[in-house]
Amino acid sequence: MLTIRNLHAGIEEREILNGINLNIKAGEVHAIMGPNGSGKSTLASVLAGREGYTVSRGKVDFLGKNLLELSPEDRAREGLFLAFQYPVEIPGVSTTNFIKTALNEIRKYNGEEPLDALGFLKLMKERMKLLQIDQSLLSRSLNEGFSGGEKKRNEIFQMIMLQPKLAILDETDSGLDIDALRIVAQGVNQFRSKENGILVVTHYQRLLDYIVPDFVHVLYNGRIVKSGTKELALELEEKGYDFIKNTTSETEPA
Amino acid sequence: MRDMMDPVKYFTNKHQQLQDLKKDSALSVIRNKGLEAFTRLGIPTLKHEEWKHTRISGLFNKDFEYTIDQAVPSLSEKEIKALRLPGHEEANEIVFVNGCYSSSLSRISTGDHQLRIMPLEEAAQNEYREFVSKHLGHSGNYLKDGINALNTAFAHEGVFIHVKKGHAIEYPIYLYHITDSRSNNSYSQVRNLIHVSESAQVQMVQTFATIGPLESFTNEVTEIVAERDSITSFYKIQNENSNANLVSTTHIHQIGKSQTHTVTISLDGGIVRNNLNMVLDAENCESHLSGLYLIKGQTHVDNHTTVDNVKPNCFSNELYKGIMDEQATGVFNGKIFVRPQAQKTNAYQSNKNVLLSDKASVNTKPQLEIFADDVKCSHGCTVGSLDEEALFYLRSRGIGEKTAQSLLLHGFAADILENIKIKPIRDYIDHLITKRLEYDES
Repeated sequence: MLTIRNLHAGIEEREILNGINLNIKAGEVHAIMGPNGSGKSTLASVLAGREGYTVSRGKVDFLGKNLLELSPEDRAREGLFLAFQYPVEIPGVSTTNFIKTALNEIRKYNGEEPLDALGFLKLMKERMKLLQIDQSLLSRSLNEGFSGGEKKRNEIFQMIMLQPKLAILDETDSGLDIDALRIVAQGVNQFRSKENGILVVTHYQRLLDYIVPDFVHVLYNGRIVKSGTKELALELEEKGYDFIKNTTSETEPA
Repeated sequence: MRDMMDPVKYFTNKHQQLQDLKKDSALSVIRNKGLEAFTRLGIPTLKHEEWKHTRISGLFNKDFEYTIDQAVPSLSEKEIKALRLPGHEEANEIVFVNGCYSSSLSRISTGDHQLRIMPLEEAAQNEYREFVSKHLGHSGNYLKDGINALNTAFAHEGVFIHVKKGHAIEYPIYLYHITDSRSNNSYSQVRNLIHVSESAQVQMVQTFATIGPLESFTNEVTEIVAERDSITSFYKIQNENSNANLVSTTHIHQIGKSQTHTVTISLDGGIVRNNLNMVLDAENCESHLSGLYLIKGQTHVDNHTTVDNVKPNCFSNELYKGIMDEQATGVFNGKIFVRPQAQKTNAYQSNKNVLLSDKASVNTKPQLEIFADDVKCSHGCTVGSLDEEALFYLRSRGIGEKTAQSLLLHGFAADILENIKIKPIRDYIDHLITKRLEYDES
């Protein structure tokens, strides 16, 4: 589904990603963990097409398309979704209107008929329950005045409304209390299927208790320095990132 | 002006003609004062501090014709119909053509015991004579420029509106200012006086239209006197074309503890200047001012607002937003005065602007003059382009760049629209804005 080969990217002259290789197949959940500044969010941003990043080398193939050549909207239309670490507040645009516009633009791109107001409302009501989202939240301006937890729940709600093929969750657990974390994880697990891929980007192991990954990768200094199964996350939790830092400094020439 | 003379001479002659025609009126005294001020002040040039960004003098060098005491040009029912605002079926409609009140085109449904509407000249001679003499021309104490004085010098064909004590008028009043520029470039003036009595409530919508391909220039002044416990809403809609120029002055004198809500929407035009003066001349007055200018092409919109806190304990809240595209230029100048005795004043002001092109520009200037020590005043202004992060957020959900931009701009304008409490009017403007933002797709 997603194949990243030798990806080098950064902001202006500063290279942050130093040759990422990653392969995600349909039905798999991958977690990328790493200390602050290791390049986790940069990777998420580059995949989603955020401006300001330059890719100097490497390739990203998404469902047979060269992802890096697509505009952010076309990436989304092809089935990529990024749950933001810091969802943006948009005054004057209701969450409902926003999701409806997005959903119909995606449908249009894929040659499907747009959903009418009634069909959309029905779909929304059905999926709202899953994330315990209140109707009143959806009629309010997008993320404006939402609590941290509400913003993150809203991200996952958007994901289950838009039904992407690959979802990247960028630090979705940050700023969540344990109850909100459970609700969010429940939404993600509901979404999880044989057809979908999920990439969870996180600093802490905590989220992975609820969203159990098939693979765990450790990102450090812009490279994946270790890959394994969910046990790797537990090991990291136990030993801390210093364990990675120490082992990599041994293997890398000075 | 047509006679190739200087404007002061041109209008002095016209003024003399008018004074000769209409002698026995309280208005002629007021007009004389107006002319005196006009000759003294002249047409403001860019050197005039209040006009430094709006080249109004340029218009006076153009080939405009001003006719006094003309027959009201005839407009067909079809022409009028095209101009009607939504919700007109349940509104009182007042029509002015070339600055003259047309009773035949107007339609007043609210009964006389609640609402009286009559030509200003009539009010100046009947039981309202004293009121007219006292309040007409009050704006001249605030606007020290030739444009307002010029309007005063010709105050005659407008209307006087009396909203009677204790009545909440169910039907809003729609005021249509139509200029006929079919056969010549037309200059017109209109002067209205509105009295909102004690415990009365009224909503008014003012709109402007030019019929014909030639240029129009309208100099309109409306003075409103608001008494104790009254609530006045005054909405302006400006959506003409590049041939239509306008100076629209609204002067609201709150002489009793009262509430006012004004919304100024400017979507299209040539040179548009709005003066909005609020005089909070009683304790515990409340005044809400908001405006939206969404402009492109070469449209120039200048909003000059003044909130004058004369008495203690008044509250005012002001929010103006601008979106400028192509070569459009915006001006915002917001003055807040707090007089020495006006303690406990609460006055807020904010002006936010989005520039969509390198050639668009805005000049924004908050101006606070505070002479009392126990007050809360704040002001702020921003000028920027669209928020890139917000744009990316929308695009990352599959929304195309143009649509994302439209959504963001529409959202930016939304809180101004919410202040319009007449639903058909709010929906109408919402529709105009949506259409405009989509039409920009090229």
